[in-house]
Amino acid sequence: MKAAAAPASRPQARPATPVLIALRIAFWSLALWPAAELAWRLTHAGLGANPVEFLERYTGLWGLRLLLLTLAMTPLREAFGRIEFVQVRRLLGLWTYAWVCTHFAIYLTFDLEWSPAQLATEVIERTYITMGFAAWLLMLPMAITSTQTWQRRLKRRWKQIHRAIYPAVLLGAVHFLWLVKSDHREPLVYLGIAIVLLVLRMPFRRWWGPAPASPARR
Amino acid sequence: MLIRVPPPHPIRSSQITSERVYADRRRLVAQLGLSAVALLTGCGKSEPTAAASPAADVTKSGQAGGGALAELTIARRSEQAGGEVVTPFSDSSTYNNYYEFGTSKDEPARNAGTLRTRPWTVAVDGECEAPGSIGIEDILKLSALEERIYRFRCVEAWSMVVPWVGFALGDFLARFKPTSKARYVAFETLHDREQMPLARYAGFELPYVEGLRIDEAMHPLTLLSVGMYGRALPNQNGAPLRLIVPWKYGYKSIKSIMRVRFVENEPPTTWKKLEAREYGFYSNVNPDVSHPRWSQATERRLGELFKHKTLLYNGYPEVASLYAGMDPVKFH
Repeated sequence: MKAAAAPASRPQARPATPVLIALRIAFWSLALWPAAELAWRLTHAGLGANPVEFLERYTGLWGLRLLLLTLAMTPLREAFGRIEFVQVRRLLGLWTYAWVCTHFAIYLTFDLEWSPAQLATEVIERTYITMGFAAWLLMLPMAITSTQTWQRRLKRRWKQIHRAIYPAVLLGAVHFLWLVKSDHREPLVYLGIAIVLLVLRMPFRRWWGPAPASPARR
Repeated sequence: MLIRVPPPHPIRSSQITSERVYADRRRLVAQLGLSAVALLTGCGKSEPTAAASPAADVTKSGQAGGGALAELTIARRSEQAGGEVVTPFSDSSTYNNYYEFGTSKDEPARNAGTLRTRPWTVAVDGECEAPGSIGIEDILKLSALEERIYRFRCVEAWSMVVPWVGFALGDFLARFKPTSKARYVAFETLHDREQMPLARYAGFELPYVEGLRIDEAMHPLTLLSVGMYGRALPNQNGAPLRLIVPWKYGYKSIKSIMRVRFVENEPPTTWKKLEAREYGFYSNVNPDVSHPRWSQATERRLGELFKHKTLLYNGYPEVASLYAGMDPVKFH
């Protein structure tokens, strides 16, 4: 999921800088960490008394974490003036979606047993499900059009499609918040980070903040 | 109250699943399901044998903070869960909602060791002729203890089958001679910041309070529980004594009771105070009364992957007459 500031066309075959390689290794490891932890739990510790609830919570949480990380790349590029942060957005975005899809698939399998009628009822009646589902839906076109071919083909439309990350992250964070019955500390932390990352993008920031580190890109 | 109601589902010895077989059944179910999960999540290299043990490393005693749970002398036993498999102790003692000891399911089992259950006194007062205080040791001697295997259904759509130990709440309440003004009974959980340092994060006003209409409280199914699985209650499960109201959502079955009051009007209850639209005073298990967060049509037994259909009144239809003529949505 690329956020707004991507260039319309990027020179092909740009040599990977050490920073880019380091970031790729770091984010691939991070995105694969949940898979490793789940594999370890399945083979060693077990998933506790309510394995489905555990899996849903765990995969959902990682989807949200990676989504926030994806959204942090543009501010990081501005802060450090390194374009490499933008170059890893796609891999982060696609991993986010992979974990969100896993989360959704577990819910569909064990809670709804793939019943479209039940899904419709849940999406209509339960607000937090509506929000989670809407976030998943908003991210679908982003995942599909994440390739450079699509980026070139869609031109300005591509940017518009990928701005869906802003409502998606809010929906994701509120989806978590509304699920919790009481003691909202943890979901509020995630919602707070989402709001900070969105505020960092607001145009008023330019009135008082430092100029973007690489002005050539805007 | 000497009225003996035979359990609706008397168990025959042929129906009893041997412990070995039922342990194996769980393993099989877990393996099947978890390998499906493994496939789905793309981390399919799980060794089938290991998926089995549900929190196998539960402390030997099962008690938060260690210490052995006292064995109880049980006078009679009844199976009142339709012959369903009893949830392993390792699940029902490690997956708890006891917000005073942390708001995640695994926290109470780790943190409730700070609860002091001795000495323990329950004060009973309000609209009754013989108010008084009674110590837990005396409560344990009031009536012969019985074991009842009940279904237990949480509003969060998970459930378990537990052999509770205790006696009818009605037998206890009758000793204090409630008057005709006693239309409701209010219950209160201990609240001590020193024993419950995490309680300030509970997110609701403390102490935890619950209530029942007097006829619900006197119903023979309503249990004042002091134990489970033949031993005293672990702290995280509400030691030293708690309610079990099997046809209502779990939050009605208040834990670690230290005060009981007979009152004329409907008493405030913790979850209703927090969100009245979601949690009503009655909170009867009803698959047709939907909740804003959870469809109540189905439920998941601890340790299982797929859901069961939820039964009206959690499978205790004998309580239906208590609510004759009442709209189950309005009085949810």
